[in-house]
Amino acid sequence: MSDVSAPARLMSDAETDTPARRLRKPPRLPTEESPLVRVSLIGLAVVLLLAFLLLPLVAVFTEAFRQGIDGFVEAVNDPDGIAAIKLTLLVAAISVPANLVFGVAAAWAIAKYEFRGKAFLITLIDLPFSVSPVVAGLVYVILYSTSHGVFGGYLQSHGLQIIFAVPGIVLATIFVTFPFIARELIPLMEEQGTTDEEAALSLGATGLRTFLTVTLPNVKWALLYGVLLCNARAMGEFGAVSVVSGHIRGLTNTMPLHVEILYNEYQFAASFAVASLLAALALVTLGLKSLLELRYADELAAGRRH
Amino acid sequence: MAIRFVQPSVIPGFRLALGFTLAYLALIVLLPLGALVFRASELGLSEIVSLALDERTFKALEISFVTAFLAALFNVPFGLLVAWVLVRYDFPGRRLLDAMIDLPFALPTAVAGIALTALYAPNGWIGSYAAMLGLKIAFTPVGIWIALVFVSLPFIVRTVQPVLAEVDREVEEAAATLGASRLKAVWSVILPVLTPAILTGFALAFARSVGEYGSVIFIAGNIPYVSEIAPLLIVIKLEEYDYAGATAIATIMLAISFVMLLVINLIQGWARRRFGRV
Repeated sequence: MSDVSAPARLMSDAETDTPARRLRKPPRLPTEESPLVRVSLIGLAVVLLLAFLLLPLVAVFTEAFRQGIDGFVEAVNDPDGIAAIKLTLLVAAISVPANLVFGVAAAWAIAKYEFRGKAFLITLIDLPFSVSPVVAGLVYVILYSTSHGVFGGYLQSHGLQIIFAVPGIVLATIFVTFPFIARELIPLMEEQGTTDEEAALSLGATGLRTFLTVTLPNVKWALLYGVLLCNARAMGEFGAVSVVSGHIRGLTNTMPLHVEILYNEYQFAASFAVASLLAALALVTLGLKSLLELRYADELAAGRRH
Repeated sequence: MAIRFVQPSVIPGFRLALGFTLAYLALIVLLPLGALVFRASELGLSEIVSLALDERTFKALEISFVTAFLAALFNVPFGLLVAWVLVRYDFPGRRLLDAMIDLPFALPTAVAGIALTALYAPNGWIGSYAAMLGLKIAFTPVGIWIALVFVSLPFIVRTVQPVLAEVDREVEEAAATLGASRLKAVWSVILPVLTPAILTGFALAFARSVGEYGSVIFIAGNIPYVSEIAPLLIVIKLEEYDYAGATAIATIMLAISFVMLLVINLIQGWARRRFGRV
């Protein structure tokens, strides 16, 4: 998919050839657009993408360094900022492995067996993607709020706090990143089938050994791909976390929430400084993701080959 | 013989894997969503409807739906153009552009929100030029629309791209042989094949946009009845300890999510029957 079609490739070869060859450039194929149309379409797409996608990114970094490197360091190196970074890392360190274990288990059950209700199960796994982040946060408040929650009385009497505390933030993050790893693994493992595992088992390997030495190496790049996307979302989640966090500085503030608080206090430079760290994370994620797509295209799920 | 739940297999671990999957799914997704439905059922349908018909709530839902619809609508031609250029043409920087498409997925929504506000505010890079023309973008529904175009563009591009890449070039050749102009061939031979992908992408973009929060609230200005979106109103109701109000709006939004999910599944089922693939 990354390459243009065969006739087009022939043409571009001819173009890069000697001037003499260029004179004999084959006429335009009927399944191609004229060069003028081609160039205008490319131009239009590039201009629109730069305006809609790249400009906001440029704005983040420009605003972050408006007061120079010193201003940037000062903004990031503030106790509340450091606390927010630590909390963000902690939340990702819990929620990503949790969804990793789930993703592997779900993919194993769904891809390696035929059972009834499979399509429905896949739909349920994808469900968190179509729920608004704010609703995702709200459902946990409804469940665990000590004052209004379904389990509020129980939590209250046992002195447990989930909402406006770290456990709530972790739960909300797990919810919004729930499908990421499973949905990378399921199509790939379905495509790979069960013959490799059956061979290993028939040679006397135990189930666990088969999984560790046959299945896991087969899906490792897809797994990494899923972890990458899951982590980016876990560290950047705003809406769901905002609802359950309570915005207690130094305690329940993640980086995206810290960005919001600084922004609402008109500390724009500091806000953009913290935001630029998140933007850098996004860029690293995109870079690694593209690298995986480029180098291990065959070992990622079918839909990811571009 | 009764139909088996699971086909026999030599591969071990089915019960463990499925058991864990179901337990985790129930704990993380089904129980919390069930709690919302439970609280909504305590309110009753008539109460939910009357809460939703409250003027401010109704207006917020309307703003969310209209801006999400217009953003998804704009992203259909925009996404098609981008997918076409990325699949069909080779030019310097194509790979970089391709990688950039996923930026709205990777960039945290709050970051996108303040960045877009910096650009489109009356004193911003773009906003100041718009202000000279007497146009206001940030802190109006137009600002909401821009944020939603940003977050939902990848959905259309990424659903159309793989289908376009697999379009059989022979059908285009056949169309050309039969005397169709290039535009006619694209319109009546390629576009119909892309229709299910476009509809799926549209539904995904719309579903995401309706519920979007982080990238919108900074640029929206959040003026009640003008630029206040439904997810924000949920947050406001929660802060006012109006749990019934928050539950009602959330229930309506969850119902929309289910409908969109159903629509997407129907489109894909239809596409499988019609074209033999998704």
